[in-house]
Amino acid sequence: MERRHFLQAGGLTLSAATIALLGGKEALASKLKANEKGDVAILNIALALENEAIAAYQLGAESKLLNADILKTAVLFQSHHKEHSDALAATIKKLGGTPVVAKTLAEYAKDLNAATLKNQEDILILAAKHEKGAANAYLGVIPSFTDKEIAKVGARIAADEVMHWTILATVLKQELPAHSLFFGA
Amino acid sequence: MRLTSIALLIILKGVFALGKPPGDPIRGQQLYESRCTGCHSVETNRAGPKHFGIFGRKAGQLSDYEYSKALKSAGFKWTENTLERWLKNPTIFVPNSKMGFSVPEQKDRLDIIAYLKTLK
Repeated sequence: MERRHFLQAGGLTLSAATIALLGGKEALASKLKANEKGDVAILNIALALENEAIAAYQLGAESKLLNADILKTAVLFQSHHKEHSDALAATIKKLGGTPVVAKTLAEYAKDLNAATLKNQEDILILAAKHEKGAANAYLGVIPSFTDKEIAKVGARIAADEVMHWTILATVLKQELPAHSLFFGA
Repeated sequence: MRLTSIALLIILKGVFALGKPPGDPIRGQQLYESRCTGCHSVETNRAGPKHFGIFGRKAGQLSDYEYSKALKSAGFKWTENTLERWLKNPTIFVPNSKMGFSVPEQKDRLDIIAYLKTLK
């Protein structure tokens, strides 16, 4: 999806948020300090995580194991991860860094042990596990960002991952968390 | 009985010598599953490097994972001490490394480290 389409969506998407975040802050790129290099390094890990999520949903979509409704939702969630990926890559470039390159789908399939996925439930369980892991990863790195605006975008992405997990857990009929502060624990 | 007492004394001496309680690898595995598996796996490199065999390995040296320059040149081995410093605040311990995820509670760190030690 083109970045301009996100902008047309009325500033609700993360690409738009990030562009707004960095818009007019050209000095940010030219004054890349050591602590901002740290932000770039962390953002690149987040980008790698998003690239893996895009691939995971692609593997699920191509598996022919998902029913039509689940497939539609999986493709929607994948589009969210693509938007996260675009936003992160744009931010990394804006800060003067180089976005990490995604692996091949075959490499992701090996990393995720995709050959063991035999039915829709297997795929949903893997997706739920990774969405929860991603939410926790973002929550864990937010305190490390030196730029509070980047930290805020990280929190918004984490909220998306929680939304994905909640829907997947509901479809899987998993019990709701018994206690608050479930994520990041 | 006497042997048991001696063994207990040795264990306690070790604990107090370190100044830290021993980590619980079972709780550590639960914490690992919850907090680390967004980016890491035991057996495969993902956004972060695999953890199998991490304890005692030189930092930043797996040939099939692209580490930050900072960690690649850090020159230390993963021990209880370095892992704890790393998990407490990786960006302070090794500035410009990739991992920004920290584990603020010492008990959690020690349990995760105890689990990481079992990955061999």
